[in-house]
Amino acid sequence: MELRAPESISFAQTSFCPGCGHGIVSRLIGEVMEEMGLTEKLLTVVDVACSSLHIDTWKFDTVIAAHGRPIATATGVKKIRRENPVLAYLGDGAAYSIGIAETMHAALRNDNVVTIIINNGVFGMTGGQMAPTSLAGQKTTTSPKGRDVSKTGQPFDVVKVMGSLDIPYLARGSVSNLGDIRRTKKYIKKAFEKHMNNEGFCLVEILSPCPTNLGMAPVACSERIDGVVKELFNTGEYIDKEGTK
Amino acid sequence: MEYVLMKGNEALAEAAIRAGCRFYSGYPITPQTEILEYLSWRMDEVGGEFVQTESELGGINMMLGASAAGARVIGSSSGPGFSLFQEGISYLVAADLPAVLVDVMRYGNGLGDIGQSQGDYWQLTRGGGHGDYRTIVLAPNSVQENVDLTHLAFDLAEKYRHPVIIGSDAAIGQMMEKVALPEMEEHDIDKFHWSMKGCKKGEEQKKITNLLYYMDNYDEFLANKYKEMEDNEQRWESMEVEDAEVVLVSYGISSRVCKEAVKVARSQGIKLGLIRPISLWPYPIKAFEELSDSCKALMTVEMNILGQMVDDVILATGNKYPVYKYTTVKDVPETEVIIEKANKILSGGEV
Repeated sequence: MELRAPESISFAQTSFCPGCGHGIVSRLIGEVMEEMGLTEKLLTVVDVACSSLHIDTWKFDTVIAAHGRPIATATGVKKIRRENPVLAYLGDGAAYSIGIAETMHAALRNDNVVTIIINNGVFGMTGGQMAPTSLAGQKTTTSPKGRDVSKTGQPFDVVKVMGSLDIPYLARGSVSNLGDIRRTKKYIKKAFEKHMNNEGFCLVEILSPCPTNLGMAPVACSERIDGVVKELFNTGEYIDKEGTK
Repeated sequence: MEYVLMKGNEALAEAAIRAGCRFYSGYPITPQTEILEYLSWRMDEVGGEFVQTESELGGINMMLGASAAGARVIGSSSGPGFSLFQEGISYLVAADLPAVLVDVMRYGNGLGDIGQSQGDYWQLTRGGGHGDYRTIVLAPNSVQENVDLTHLAFDLAEKYRHPVIIGSDAAIGQMMEKVALPEMEEHDIDKFHWSMKGCKKGEEQKKITNLLYYMDNYDEFLANKYKEMEDNEQRWESMEVEDAEVVLVSYGISSRVCKEAVKVARSQGIKLGLIRPISLWPYPIKAFEELSDSCKALMTVEMNILGQMVDDVILATGNKYPVYKYTTVKDVPETEVIIEKANKILSGGEV
């Protein structure tokens, strides 16, 4: 069988659940690296939890950082390997809950790393607990009656929180439909271009289906993103500064 | 030999630079802040990287990345901040990564206070974070040893691919003494086969994570690693132990008082000796083989309330001798008190 996916991300069998969005993002990263000629240079830092599964399915030098700390760890890698592209890859629980300080301060320092945050609205690896990004009323294993925003506060929106920071790039993509997948690839590529231009902190959040923990069929889970999730979390480019630092 | 006058913390920082360390991330906390301040300009001078992080948590995890990339890295903190390092130390151990971490000990639980202390002995020597590990711990008792042991710490961290801790304290960190600095050494970030460089086609990918996942003989590997450190890395200084009737056991700042106490006691005809552990882990059990039949008891002299090192002395001597403790918190131990206690031990009085 001929594979059209880049070899760097498809040499081993994936262990992601059926319908999971991580694999699509992995392919987009692999394609962008091929197109930019960076496949043999990319250094990645992934979070524990589902993000960590990439270590066995992509062929980039990879650190599995402590939960919520991949961006800080990626900054450490980049400070030493100044010529290499460095990617921090983590979920919304890691980036916006336990690692919010590391996420925010990397942006405030404008650390020169590309950050990809997978927003699937739950803690996936531990079995679908409420995340900062869970929608109001969303049923999870720790909000069995639906997320009560009078107690938990409103869902975390990275655009609201980081949209006015002095960083070169902030975008939100989605892997829930073909058009969004194509646009998301462009966001990832632009983030890496700015990164290689040493412009600073580039963040791409990606809405991604988690059928297993939402208890939905894969197609229905993606349709939910398009029909419901995007009403709150609009996709698009929110910061796109021109020029070099 | 050319000497300069330097503060302990600053000498330690300069020693790191001269050992080829080019990455530091840290956060202000007394009494280690001079290390942070010194490296904020000195790293710049030598083309290294200095980051004042949002917390010690951010700092240690950033250090882990720099270590994974092949750099010599150092971090420093004290008390509450050193507790925040524990997550990262456990991860460094898990991934077989070298790093040098400095605890300039201050006293107390919780916030505690900023004065000199040896209250973190258990945290330093028992692992400190979650899991099943220990790290080499070196305890300087002078500004010169801050320099010498820092250099050694980098070499040991690389030799064993393991974090090494320097257990200093507020007094050692803040005092000024004459010190001889070593020559500048270069470190090549490409010299390790295991570090991140980018995965070329056809090459093995570097996976920097818990070795447990990918190593078939992990149990044996781990057991051997610690045994090798225990066999090879015991360090200590002995003073007048051969015929001593009471042997003091003390490290760091309090060991300096003990040295004086041994001299004064000997001039009074009291046979005191001293074993000064330089490696707190591995504990220098070989030092206790030098004890003679004249030894009647041992006494730890340490700056904490619970006598944290007593257990290790009992283990090192096979419970053969009574082990007493002289512990202080707010004050440095006194020579006179040490001698008085030794006299009571020898005369069978209550210590």
